[in-house]
Amino acid sequence: MTTQQKPILPERVFDFDALVHEDRVHRSLYTDPAIFDLEMTRIFGAVWVYLAHESQVPQPNDFVRARLGRRPLIVVRDSNGVLRALYNRCTHRGATVCRQDRGSAKAFQCPYHGWTYLNTGKLSGVPWPEGYSCDFSRPEFNLMQVPRVESYRGLIFATLNADAPGLIDYLGPVRRPLDEWLDRHPGGALEVREANRLKFNGNWKLLYDNSADGYHVVFSHRSLLMMENRFQEGDGKGMSYYKDSPDTGPVKLYSFPNAHHFKDKRDAIPKRPGALWAIEGLHPGMEHYEAALRRDFPDRADAFLDLASSEPVNINVFPNLHILGNHIQVSEPLSVTETATTWYGTAVVDPDGELGDALGPVNALRMRTQEQFPTFGEVDDLANFEQIQAGLAAEEDAWIYMHRGLGLPERYSAAGDGTTIGPATDEVFMRDYMRVYRRLMQTEPNIAPTRDVS
Amino acid sequence: MGAAAERDPSTSSYYVGDAFYRELVEAFTDWDRDELAVADPARRDAARAFLEREARLLDRKRYEDWLALFAPECAYWVPGTPERGDPRREITVAFHDRRQLEDRVYRLRTGYAWSQSPESRTVRSVSNVELFATDDAGIVMARSNFHIAELLDGDLRHWAGWAGHRLQTAADGYSILAKQINLIDCDRNVRNPSLTL
Ligand code: FES
Ligand SMILES: [Fe+2]
Repeated sequence: MTTQQKPILPERVFDFDALVHEDRVHRSLYTDPAIFDLEMTRIFGAVWVYLAHESQVPQPNDFVRARLGRRPLIVVRDSNGVLRALYNRCTHRGATVCRQDRGSAKAFQCPYHGWTYLNTGKLSGVPWPEGYSCDFSRPEFNLMQVPRVESYRGLIFATLNADAPGLIDYLGPVRRPLDEWLDRHPGGALEVREANRLKFNGNWKLLYDNSADGYHVVFSHRSLLMMENRFQEGDGKGMSYYKDSPDTGPVKLYSFPNAHHFKDKRDAIPKRPGALWAIEGLHPGMEHYEAALRRDFPDRADAFLDLASSEPVNINVFPNLHILGNHIQVSEPLSVTETATTWYGTAVVDPDGELGDALGPVNALRMRTQEQFPTFGEVDDLANFEQIQAGLAAEEDAWIYMHRGLGLPERYSAAGDGTTIGPATDEVFMRDYMRVYRRLMQTEPNIAPTRDVS
Repeated sequence: MGAAAERDPSTSSYYVGDAFYRELVEAFTDWDRDELAVADPARRDAARAFLEREARLLDRKRYEDWLALFAPECAYWVPGTPERGDPRREITVAFHDRRQLEDRVYRLRTGYAWSQSPESRTVRSVSNVELFATDDAGIVMARSNFHIAELLDGDLRHWAGWAGHRLQTAADGYSILAKQINLIDCDRNVRNPSLTL
């Protein structure tokens, strides 16, 4: 089913070559509702978008609600174990079919007139069918669904675009840091355990602009850095490694094809067990659990404590997935000026029992280490994003600059796979992703939702 | 027990371990039962006065005085799910021990906490105060509803929910062993949750 529908109202035509330059972008990308509407098809309808983690739907019939752009979805592992992304929109007259955030169901019955769908999306019954002359066994009455849903090692992505590359190709070299992040956990496994849920009055791209930004850290997070180091002689806790000369420091930025990027802070930390733990801020239960782990596991305590610590990476998969520390952070565009950002906490699950009795303490610490940044750090970034959105009300002052490092090629090196490597403080990742954004916004994707339940 | 200085809950967190979490979760499970309700109007009134003063201290941003209401070994717990869960196993909106409560206040006082700079203004209402007895004669539980009107960056908005206070009775009043703040939208995305609840 690849029929493309013509918009009923004429679309405004935008010249994205005039709006996106090498060094700057136009404010209308952040303020114009018509551009936002176009992004919902040309960006969120065109690429692989992150929906959920498999641990949120571990068993057949488990479901969780999600959104692809603004499209309301039910991400379900159907009765046969197949992952699907069903539109949460009744085929009849459009009501929300499933109103629970998550749960387990073999079928969904629309509360309005009782049409019932199996969790494959198939329409299984309508009340009093003798009142209809049509054939309800035809697929046109099944729930619409996203045609391509795939998991990359537990991370569930979907795309509406029949012509999009495969997920593995789409991810490309960002798979390396993703794999390393996953493999740091015993068995490569983790579980989502609730979230810090935030939103801000600003455009979704403000968050993507920030995702590999090492320039803002010591300014935007100044209060957090002061707080984390309030008992220290020198600075050493948290993100203190950004201080002094971050341009030439050990934190590196990798800008990948397809607008993904990766800020690698691991080289700022000594390579020894316990080094990650040593820079953690101060969290509830730290001293208690550290003492217990050192007593019970004298040889492995450092490794366990590192597992409870924030991994110093920012891995960003365009357009909406951010792996930070131990979080799976997901951003959701709500309107041109409103964005939700949900910081899913993750727990170690230890499928092979490698941790033994250390598992409980590691996770008890890990819950607390994860809450700190959204609570005392991200809130300040979001306040700054809101103040950008406010500043962009100035029509005549139309440009947003992203030219840090531009014209200074000696700051960069290239890897053969299309990766650019540079200082953590440069806006090269923003220039690279905006180039991809411009191309996508100039291309009509082959949006091909299906009602085929095979 | 180690040397007292080493165990100062303002600078270390030895008291937050499995036993503490377990007792906390138990203390906040099935505690607001009718048969445990304290009928004595004088005691209820004293609890109400205590909660009203707490609200006033927060509205007036007298954070150091507010911190003094808490016991040295305390918890400030904002669950992220309506069922409240076990904080060892799930992410909360906030879970602070004594040191992290002081961190919170320290951060606000730096002047560089952009989410509270300029600071928001608040007016808090506390109502429906009920008091419940516990197994321990020296400890009572207070349940209250709260409504906070907040002026943030020119916008007036509202927070609502109910709080459970686990209170140690002392000669000169109460001290807070644990405060659980249950936001009605605890599992929804909220704008700028930098407010101290
Ligand atoms: S809208 Fe769902 S059955 Fe009518
Ligand atoms: Fe930041």
